[in-house]
Amino acid sequence: MGITVEGAAKRFGDFQALNDVSINVPDGSLTALLGPSGSGKSTLLRAIAGLEDLDAGRVLINDEDATSKPAQKRGVGFVFQHYAAFKHMTVFENVAFGLTIRKWKKPEISDRVHELLQLVQLDGLAGRFPSQLSGGQRQRMALARALAVQPQVLLLDEPFGALDAKVRKDLRVWLRQLHEEMHVTTIFVTHDQEEAMDVAEQLVVMNEGRVEQSGTANDLYEQPANEFVMSFVGEVNRLGEHFVRPHDMEVALDRDENSEEAMVQRIVSLGFEIRVEFALADGTEIWAQLTRAELQKLELREKQIVYVRPRQTKVFSGDVPSPDGRGASTPHGRKPGDGNAEVSAAV
Amino acid sequence: MSSSTRSRWGLRTLGLGYLTLLLLAPLVMIFYKTFEHGIAPPLDAITSSDGLHALKLTLITVAIAVPLNTVFGVVCALLLVRHPGKGNTAIDATINLPFAISPIVIGLSLFLLYGTSGWLGPTFAEAGIKVLFSVPAIVLACIFVSLPFVVRETVPVLQEIGTDQELAASTLGANAWQTFWRITLPAIRWGVAYGIVLTTARVLGEFGAVTIVSGSISGQTQTLPLFVAKQFDNYNEAGFYGASILLALLALSTLLAMNFLKRKEET
Repeated sequence: MGITVEGAAKRFGDFQALNDVSINVPDGSLTALLGPSGSGKSTLLRAIAGLEDLDAGRVLINDEDATSKPAQKRGVGFVFQHYAAFKHMTVFENVAFGLTIRKWKKPEISDRVHELLQLVQLDGLAGRFPSQLSGGQRQRMALARALAVQPQVLLLDEPFGALDAKVRKDLRVWLRQLHEEMHVTTIFVTHDQEEAMDVAEQLVVMNEGRVEQSGTANDLYEQPANEFVMSFVGEVNRLGEHFVRPHDMEVALDRDENSEEAMVQRIVSLGFEIRVEFALADGTEIWAQLTRAELQKLELREKQIVYVRPRQTKVFSGDVPSPDGRGASTPHGRKPGDGNAEVSAAV
Repeated sequence: MSSSTRSRWGLRTLGLGYLTLLLLAPLVMIFYKTFEHGIAPPLDAITSSDGLHALKLTLITVAIAVPLNTVFGVVCALLLVRHPGKGNTAIDATINLPFAISPIVIGLSLFLLYGTSGWLGPTFAEAGIKVLFSVPAIVLACIFVSLPFVVRETVPVLQEIGTDQELAASTLGANAWQTFWRITLPAIRWGVAYGIVLTTARVLGEFGAVTIVSGSISGQTQTLPLFVAKQFDNYNEAGFYGASILLALLALSTLLAMNFLKRKEET
């Protein structure tokens, strides 16, 4: 059950949007496809919905091969970044669209639409046109429209991308609550790692048309498979072969056996958190994340010489990311250029 | 008076002056001339049997040519915008031909094609269908000259609405046909409507191509513009003023009808 994609490949001209991508989304879960723009996350989502044909690979929805089914027969609800509201229809007619197509009877449509509008908190606005709604309201209408036909899966393509920061945060919380109530298998695409970690139960990190890693937010943060994942799901410093999170940087006034000399370049106060930027003797620039209390205890000033020591670091051997964190030379590692296949996203 | 106000008034005067001199003055003149001796003379000319026949023939031509070009125009616009392919550049360029070619040349080319020694003439003659100097030729000529309008008005609107709404409809279970009728057509309706108005105006007024292929036989193959020309040639002032006014009013009424519908919908 759930959604399975096997060996998906898609090319647009010279651009390889998807390169042998396989994911597995458990039934009833809330999963985020996370990645920078051009990573293939939206293409993957559209391929699952049937809005994009794959060059190779299969899409299974609830154990049924949907690869050659048209979008209209896949039973998916799709929410677009720019709402895709039917501009010439009222909110009511928008939400009723799928039911009208299914030839529901008028009183039943009316009941269902009002039930959904209540769910998305738009009940008083049924007679309005999309142009009379705010961005957040339009997106909630689009969600109600997608949910009206009781889809097997709900797919959201950067659903909050066009909204301002405050509305975006509210909708995140609301989406999570909605998912808890409805338990429909949901995938949403985002380039915002904080949003992905906040909303989703599991994350699939994509880059350059491949899956880099999947797992819970904790897995990705604590055991990133490679440099890309490590730097995409959080801040990172690089010390030669070692990667270290800024909050894992220890700053001391006295030298100790493992520490390195550094000069304070800049101290930036971001509220509770303080960002301290250093230059090492060899010119490497790094930064540490300190709390206000730590900073006060150390009494740091700019141009001061201090000693920094990473509490823990990660080393990724080889240029090619490897799912188990070991190098490309290990038996289970991957050779350069074989793409990233078979990363299971089971939680 | 600030310089921007001055330039605004300057531009306005220039624009209005240009329109008055080149567009309004001739039209006002014709209205004035038509009703100079009351309503009876022009009305008599129009309601003469030849006049009524010309009106009927023009309306028949509109009733055939406009729907055909509307359907073709919308289908063609969908092809150009929604299904980009290698052949589209050729189609796009071909559609513009009627704009580039003088109607008289179009008339001549139809005349040659359907004439007794043309490629298609003998075939139709054998089947017993009279094309030239008959209604089919008039309709063909009008279709040719008015073909680009609906396509040209619909293409930009289709591009502007994008594909998201159509894709959303398909994920909600609508098939291509349902998506077209319920989503695409309502979204592009004013572009299409404007194309229809322009097509209708063009078909109503077409003269050059129709002159050649119709033979302009009074009471048989004379459309309203040809009737106007005939009255002009015969120095029948009342007749040609009256028919001209009728022609202008017909075109104007389609434009007004569209504006009325649009306003009614917006309120």
